[in-house]
Amino acid sequence: MLAAASAAVATVPLVYLVIRTVGGALDDGGDAVRQTLTRPGTTELLVTSAALTAAVTVTCLALGVASAWLLVRTDVPMRGSLLVLSALPLAVPSYVAAFGWIATVPGWSGFLPAWLVLSAVSTPYVTLPVVAALRSADPALEEVARSLGSSPWRAWRTGTLPQVAPAAAAGALLAALYTLSDFGAVAMLRLPVFTYAISRQYSSFVGREVAVVLALVLVVGALLLVGLERAVRGRGERWRTGSGARRLAAPVRLGRATIPAVLLLLLAPAAAAAVPAVALGRRLLAGTGRRLDLGDLTSAVISTAAVASAGALLTSVLALAIGILTARHRGALVAGIEAAGFTGHALPGLVVALSLVFMSLNVVPGLYQTTTLLMLAYAVLFLPKAIGATRTSIAQVPPVLAQTARSLGRGPVAAQAATTWRLAGPGIGAGSLLVMLTAMKELPATLLLRPTGLDTLATEIWSRTNSAAFGAAAPYAVALVLLAAVPAFLLTRPQAWGESGGSR
Amino acid sequence: MSITPRRAWLLPGVLILASTLTACGEDSADTNGASEADGEIVVYVGRDEELVAPLIKQFTEDTGIEVEARYAGTSELAATLLEEGDASPADAFLSQDAGALGALADEELLLPLPDEIADAVLPGYTSTDGSWVGVTGRSRVIAYDGEKYAADEVPGTVTELTDPQWEGKVGFPPGNASFQSFVTGFRVAEGDDAARTWLEDMAANDVEEYDSNSLTLEAINTGTLDIGLINHYYWFEAAAEAGEENMRAQLKFADAGDPGALVNVTGAGLLSEDPDAVTFVEYLVSEPAQRYFTETTFEYPLVEGVPTPEGLPSLSELQGPEIDLSDLADLEETVRMIQEAGLS
Repeated sequence: MLAAASAAVATVPLVYLVIRTVGGALDDGGDAVRQTLTRPGTTELLVTSAALTAAVTVTCLALGVASAWLLVRTDVPMRGSLLVLSALPLAVPSYVAAFGWIATVPGWSGFLPAWLVLSAVSTPYVTLPVVAALRSADPALEEVARSLGSSPWRAWRTGTLPQVAPAAAAGALLAALYTLSDFGAVAMLRLPVFTYAISRQYSSFVGREVAVVLALVLVVGALLLVGLERAVRGRGERWRTGSGARRLAAPVRLGRATIPAVLLLLLAPAAAAAVPAVALGRRLLAGTGRRLDLGDLTSAVISTAAVASAGALLTSVLALAIGILTARHRGALVAGIEAAGFTGHALPGLVVALSLVFMSLNVVPGLYQTTTLLMLAYAVLFLPKAIGATRTSIAQVPPVLAQTARSLGRGPVAAQAATTWRLAGPGIGAGSLLVMLTAMKELPATLLLRPTGLDTLATEIWSRTNSAAFGAAAPYAVALVLLAAVPAFLLTRPQAWGESGGSR
Repeated sequence: MSITPRRAWLLPGVLILASTLTACGEDSADTNGASEADGEIVVYVGRDEELVAPLIKQFTEDTGIEVEARYAGTSELAATLLEEGDASPADAFLSQDAGALGALADEELLLPLPDEIADAVLPGYTSTDGSWVGVTGRSRVIAYDGEKYAADEVPGTVTELTDPQWEGKVGFPPGNASFQSFVTGFRVAEGDDAARTWLEDMAANDVEEYDSNSLTLEAINTGTLDIGLINHYYWFEAAAEAGEENMRAQLKFADAGDPGALVNVTGAGLLSEDPDAVTFVEYLVSEPAQRYFTETTFEYPLVEGVPTPEGLPSLSELQGPEIDLSDLADLEETVRMIQEAGLS
């Protein structure tokens, strides 16, 4: 029930888009739909969006899995600091990273920089869950394969890869959806993709029908990605029961490969964080016509932390319902509910915001322009981030534990609380941290749905860059990255992501 | 340092408390669209907060009317207002351009303005039917790289920019509302065929497309673009930020009568019958507000008797094409033309 309610919240944008498209089609006999789908530009946008998403996803997968392996299974030096650095790109909004690159390499635009920037900021979506999966993966399987004569690569592929594949696939899905829905980076780097076109339609005041149809196409793309990830995840069950000692695999000695390995690990943090930091620093030193008001900055930091945490909490509760359902059950209905949870994530924030304006005023006008509605918007946008982490960590808890607890006389809820929820708790926490840090960076929905007078760091950056005051925006951008680095740092801790290995 | 997993879980919980505290004061959105004067109005502002906030403060000091201002992009706010319809909490809308106001007027969301407000502004720079009023003017300009060119080397007409000499060196934001008004002006002044040919020739001449006026200007300032078509006041904004002497980009005003000399307007419309909202819109076209805009942003005043900012040609010298800036039937055709030229 609760799962269905959560899914209903997540489908608000979809329902809105369908209402608008059907309404428009009734008015004009489907002209807008036909014209939008058949005009030459649409195919081009589709190809560019698909190519960018594919390129970024593959890059994130390769770089993320390689980074995770280096961080967990080798003797790479300064592993703690490198792990924290590898999470740092998550804290950088794509528009800040993109601005950093334009300021550093003036005039660089198009597919290549968009690929670079989006890959750099999204790689941790893969790295962090795979690090966690590798830490708790049982090395015995790989060792058995080795002892039976497999090559090291084959032993890894058959022994360890299946254990990390679900985490990698879930991370790759987040990276893919992020790329599909991103507007900030592609707008700055001048790559015409779907979200870019949607925004242009809105800004010309005569193209709302077209924008809605384009957004609907984007949702279809997202659902295809969700289906793809489900196929990769497969049907296997992934918990282990034995109480046998789980130990870490013997680290692989890197030897002369150490320096290349460290450089590889620094790639994403350098591209996503170091380059923009230097660029912003230069702007800051170049001076600004505006005085920095510390009071404004502080209150923006507090508001950002507050609304993002509140949004994360609500999102986690909704995700918990869906996560429990999908970790334990299969079937068309479950698949439908899970896929519904992902729709909001593929849409540009502007579309999600407008759908909530529409729904809120029609269903619960009292919530309009309140913090509550803003929290709901974050839930719609970021539910998938929490669902992934929740599902993965619940799937790792053997269902027999709860069954045993029940046989010992606990009620159904108490039995789950004492076993599954407790063991999966940290993983669910990781999901909410992920939501929190993304909500901190969110701009379009925050701008339209916030209570009047509430300024977050993202809206303050927007209002400054909007009037070309890049230097004045710098302190806010730095504050945002520092603030978002807190949850990013917590995500690198061994206890996050539902790793039960260390604490038992 | 040591946050155990269960305590990490608590972190959002602690922060939610903080959020409830900060949100308490703001959770009462005014959704009643009050039509009586209660000394309070809600204004949607599609312009820069840094610019508008001091003016609103002055308004409150002068009239005692409290203003709840919501700041966001003009097109996003227009889309929001269209979505809100009659349920909008807003009493007035201050827009960055005329197209947005035209879209709202088309959906009959704007209330007619009293004649003394509608007539306060120079004709040609405001709505033809009194549905909204022009507040300030901004001229289209040809911005160029001052390190590479002297002013007289830069063309004074936009048509010259289709010359092979400028291949790959010119940029503009085709999705921007002011650019679209300029193309509409082109169509009115020289005919649809001429406008279409110009767009196609520019596309063939490898024109660079940007997302906004400020990113176009930024490209000139960093030396990646030679010439850009933007609004004049972006240059003054950037100069205020970086210092006039540090501006690599320079401005050239197009020759009188050229479509490149179009003057766009910002404007305001009325969304509720609250007399306080009428007072607010009236204030925007009063002399002190007009002076404030021209002195802080170098925009053109639209009320007679307020002087044009120094260093700018007067409105009458520019002689842009005469068009109805909020005519959406025209805008729709313009957007189609831009897209068909492959610039979207």
